[in-house]
Amino acid sequence: MAKTALFVTCIVDMVFPDTGEATLEILEKAGVRAEFPEGQTCCGQPAFNSGFQEDARDVARQFIRTFAGYDHIVTPSGSCAAMVRHYYPELFAHDSLRDQALHVAAHTWELSEYLVDVLGITDLGTTLPKPMRAVIHDACHGMRGLGISQQPRTLLSHVRNLELGVLNGHDQCCGFGGLFAVKMSDISGAMLNDKLANITTSDADFVITSDCSCLMHMNGGLSRRNSPKRVVHLAEVLAGRVAA
Amino acid sequence: MNASNSFKSSVVVALDDIQLQTALDRGTTRAVNGRISAMGETSAAPELRAQARAARLRALNQLPELLDTLERNVTANGGAVLWARTGAEANDTILQICREHGVRRVTKGKSMVTEESGLNHVLEAHDIEINESDLGEYIIQLAHEPPSHIVFPMLHKTKEATAELLHEKLGMPMTDKPEDMTRFVRGVMRRKYIEADLGISGVNFAIAETGTIITVENEGNNRLSCSTPKIHIAVMGLEKVLATWHDWTTLAQLLPRSATGQRMTVYTNLMSGPKREHEPDGPEKFYLLILDNGRSDMLAGEFAESLACIRCGACLNVCPVYQNIGGHAYGWVYPGPIGSIVSPLLQGIQKAPSLPYASSLCGACQAACPVDIAIPDMLLKLRRDLVKVHDPASASLPWRIGMRAWRIGMRSPLLYRIGGKLAAVGTRLLARNGKITRLPGILGGWTKSRDFPAFPAESFRERLAQKKKRVESQSRESE
Repeated sequence: MAKTALFVTCIVDMVFPDTGEATLEILEKAGVRAEFPEGQTCCGQPAFNSGFQEDARDVARQFIRTFAGYDHIVTPSGSCAAMVRHYYPELFAHDSLRDQALHVAAHTWELSEYLVDVLGITDLGTTLPKPMRAVIHDACHGMRGLGISQQPRTLLSHVRNLELGVLNGHDQCCGFGGLFAVKMSDISGAMLNDKLANITTSDADFVITSDCSCLMHMNGGLSRRNSPKRVVHLAEVLAGRVAA
Repeated sequence: MNASNSFKSSVVVALDDIQLQTALDRGTTRAVNGRISAMGETSAAPELRAQARAARLRALNQLPELLDTLERNVTANGGAVLWARTGAEANDTILQICREHGVRRVTKGKSMVTEESGLNHVLEAHDIEINESDLGEYIIQLAHEPPSHIVFPMLHKTKEATAELLHEKLGMPMTDKPEDMTRFVRGVMRRKYIEADLGISGVNFAIAETGTIITVENEGNNRLSCSTPKIHIAVMGLEKVLATWHDWTTLAQLLPRSATGQRMTVYTNLMSGPKREHEPDGPEKFYLLILDNGRSDMLAGEFAESLACIRCGACLNVCPVYQNIGGHAYGWVYPGPIGSIVSPLLQGIQKAPSLPYASSLCGACQAACPVDIAIPDMLLKLRRDLVKVHDPASASLPWRIGMRAWRIGMRSPLLYRIGGKLAAVGTRLLARNGKITRLPGILGGWTKSRDFPAFPAESFRERLAQKKKRVESQSRESE
């Protein structure tokens, strides 16, 4: 049987443990007993995206050592999965960990693509506590970096009591961009405004996305504006953990 | 003010400019929708894109040979090819031609490379009248403003502001109809073509195998400008060459669709040298001026792919950063995502150190690019280079210290857990009602327009460990 690991990501570990628990729950429902290797920390993306490639490589080394022994590595983040898949081969092209880097790059999956594309599961048998309407925000790295668009929609289309609408500008960046939100906070804030305008005018009860970093950014903006709208991680919806 | 501070202050000004925000919103929305619907009409957009990319990369791979072939064929057609290493050299060459032929008046079609070289100022300084002939370029020339977009030079101006400008500068009766403004400017411009001694144009592509230059346009201004005066100088960056007409047939389908959302532009001008003996009109002299200005250095390195750019502007239109700050904030000729690569490379990275960071790396640019240039990857490489040269835009001291601390913490699971614990305690101390409204130090940018969450007391891994303990003790009890 394939050995599967959960890479929960640093942000979910520290800030959004509910999302991590929902992810494990879904994997169990899907018949996957995922291990949680204790050595995991971060994929290295914050440093890599800021140009600190040496620092990123150092941290990525820890990821590779932790996960190289697994057949599949599943993570509730398209952004972290894209980091591992696209940039590890390049970062370790001339490194003694090259082969292991290529292995983890080829076997790290974002949650919805793992369920739909790898396992062929489309219906997790989820029912929400009451009828609700939601829209999807397509997180950029998952969508453009990994081609994730249909997978979450397929899974969500089978959730009972959930009506999926379309968010205006659903494929437009929320302005997060990692340290971009701090270093270029004015531009990032303007992008966030555009995104929140679409969210607050939609008639959905909540917004679903599959990256906690974008989620933290959008919810931070909604909270600042005292908006009742919220962004919820895909895993929590699929686990039926949406407050009624 | 250093280069990175000047970018930041331009951004603040742009974000507060209501006229600009209106113009950007109208202009980029129209351009994005136009491109999507025009690309949707093609039967095989991905294949077309792959072919276009291949044609451009092939041209870049054979660039020296193709430029030789181009020169040979332009010369055989009766034209002359001139070379310039820098923008200043290009301006000198044009000035020389003006002196030789006693040129007093010039009309010019749209050309980004002459924006690079600052040609207009040089000619004006030598008492040569130069008139932009593209409607948008003419209007911003009247306003003494540089273009803010590669294709729509006055995208930063609303029609309302344009009417006011034309009324004030040229006495046009006030109107809110773009058609009336266009008709008015057309009347002004006709005389300029007839009076001009020299027409200058840009080049969309040069076809090496026949020595033909191509310009695409919608107003007919470029055709008039190239064919009415007795001399025509076409100016191109040395990357704008295509090997064959076959390659052009691919790009001809993509350039107008990507740039203006058209299947074809109204005019496609193919120019192979000066007027022949049996021809009734056309310029008597034709010069093709080929400018390097830093491009051959780019060709040698890992940014070569950015020279495949066909200057359609699609990446600007879809970019949420460009949509918010417009072109002028970028500070040089080429704005938007491709400009954030090309401007630092052509000018020297220290002159534009903020631009590689002016992106959330969302990837909308690459997805829209008709030749699939890996713009986000190149921005990452430029950031890497900025860190290496210790540029403060990438890494002021607090950032460097922060990054070092992060690295030490993240490479060790033990330190990671301790760091996480400290972050949880710290954020909970700073928070009121579970949210932080003001973060300290270099993180303060975040809380300008968004709250930051307090971390929960227990991390995911702590919860998991406790759950495991509970399960184990339960199973011991049941034994």
